[in-house]
Amino acid sequence: MSSGLSLSYVARNLYARKLTTALTAAGMALVVFVFATVLMMAEGLRHTLGGTGSDSNVVIIRQGSQTEVQSTITREQANMVESLPGLATSPEGRARISREVLVLVNMPRKGSGGLANVVVRGTTDNGLLMRPQARIVSGRPFRPGSSEIIVGSAMARGDVGLRIGDSIAFGMRSWNVVGIFDAGSSGFDSEIWGDSEQMMQAFRRQAFSSLVVGLREEGSYQGFAEALMRQPQIKADVKRERQFYADQSEKMANFISILGKTITIIFSVGAIIGAMITRYASVANRTREIGTLRALGFRRGNIVMAFIQEAALLGFVAGVTGLFAASFMQMLEISTTNVQTFSEVVFRLVMTPGIAVQVLVFSMFMGVLGGVLPALQASRLEIVDALRSA
Amino acid sequence: MSSLISIRSLGKTYRRGNQPVPVLLGIDLEIAAGDYVSLMGPSGSGKSTLLNLIAGIDKPTSGTLLIDGVDIAALPENDLAAWRAANVGFVFQFYNLMPVLNAFENVELPLLLTPLGKAERREHVETALAMVGLADRMDHYPNELSGGQQQRVAIARALITDPTLIVADEPTGDLDRQSADDVLNLLDRLNGELGKTIVMVTHDPKCAARARRLVHLEKGVLIVGGNGDGH
Repeated sequence: MSSGLSLSYVARNLYARKLTTALTAAGMALVVFVFATVLMMAEGLRHTLGGTGSDSNVVIIRQGSQTEVQSTITREQANMVESLPGLATSPEGRARISREVLVLVNMPRKGSGGLANVVVRGTTDNGLLMRPQARIVSGRPFRPGSSEIIVGSAMARGDVGLRIGDSIAFGMRSWNVVGIFDAGSSGFDSEIWGDSEQMMQAFRRQAFSSLVVGLREEGSYQGFAEALMRQPQIKADVKRERQFYADQSEKMANFISILGKTITIIFSVGAIIGAMITRYASVANRTREIGTLRALGFRRGNIVMAFIQEAALLGFVAGVTGLFAASFMQMLEISTTNVQTFSEVVFRLVMTPGIAVQVLVFSMFMGVLGGVLPALQASRLEIVDALRSA
Repeated sequence: MSSLISIRSLGKTYRRGNQPVPVLLGIDLEIAAGDYVSLMGPSGSGKSTLLNLIAGIDKPTSGTLLIDGVDIAALPENDLAAWRAANVGFVFQFYNLMPVLNAFENVELPLLLTPLGKAERREHVETALAMVGLADRMDHYPNELSGGQQQRVAIARALITDPTLIVADEPTGDLDRQSADDVLNLLDRLNGELGKTIVMVTHDPKCAARARRLVHLEKGVLIVGGNGDGH
């Protein structure tokens, strides 16, 4: 036996009440928009930091320090790491290792005022070689042993807005911007890079912040990490570079997700009640129609199904509308402080198929939740009473 | 003619709050297959209630009601719905067409509960609409049709599943004289040519006169036209 009322009947009942349908859907679409934007924000942050670094590099920091800024690695420790097996070597036979120093420097934001905590990274020839994704897009690389710096593209574009030829003061020195680099929208784009030894001097540092090591092959990570752990003098945490930065996005991404989901749930209660009110009105307006359908032989289940489908379709329309609006948020770039590292990070909102599906399911769920009680009420009517209603 | 509808001591009492309101008091009535019966009576006489019971959209409080041998009052809800879909055609005073469906789709509606395929359904609907003289109005929505035309669409819908029984509740109550005549002529044809058993509730004596048999109710009791009375 056929299942009953057609989808076209369901759809046309929504269309027949264009105005209430549109208003209800608009209310739900706003919630969908907020939800989608929050997910896109968390995804954008993960995308940016998760895309930083490569799997063939390893970051070594002091045990328990979690971020490069908090970490110190002495020269002796660095030398010991250099002698471990599994490291990639240059054609001249030198180990691929970059002794890096990380400092947070306050720089004024141009647009909004206030200060940004910008990551200034002292790096080396090896450091640049091991990060081929960071390409100079204008100007030239810094010269080793000089007070020259290159600026990540997000720092050049964003609130801080540094340009080639600018000269900025930090670490009791003046530094000249000689180039802009782009690292494919990764976290490096939010950094400023200069010569490691020069930074050490300027900031009166005795120790490095981190070591970045190139592996001979990606698979040799496990052996290298174990060899490192066997060295009692080097109390260090080790992670693949990509994982290291991805982990730095987790807390903030989760924070955004939880905050956003909480807000969305509160908003969605309003939208569900809104949907419920229009669904109840729709049942009330169609009481006689429902009685007629029942008399013609449609079962209670058919009526419930039709009303729930109608509510789900309403949710779907709202979902698509909200997603469409949210997709424009991909043009938005956010410059903010990563609460995990206290450093400035610039990222773009990212929409993924996963987010789209999640948001549509959520929206249809909202619709169905708003429609289920009115649908049950519609089906509970006695046929004779329903037919008698005006 | 054998009896299609067999009613014995049928009673129906509604409850209004805690107050029982008796509407039908022990009705006995036999309606033969192929008969055309008018139920008449003043408001509150119970004629519509009797019609609803016969149509299987309401349940009696006492007595028995057999239709083609089936005790419909004993059927579980979903079986009763299936029984209605297969055996009863409804004609309402206000037509009760679905406003969002066009004439074709309104007539097709009961067929959605049958295993018929799309092509077969189309054939049936076209035949039914041609029979009521609205073959050229298939794409029109109810609000684009006159009252008389809407009622003819409703009649097409009532006969689309080829039911044995057609129940009509004041089918001309909302129509002008001409349209009412068209509708009554159609009901005559359904009865005369297709052999449908028709039970019709009406206020209008002219309308009632078109039936083969008149049953008069007053205060829940048959006055004229019960078994062994009248025709």
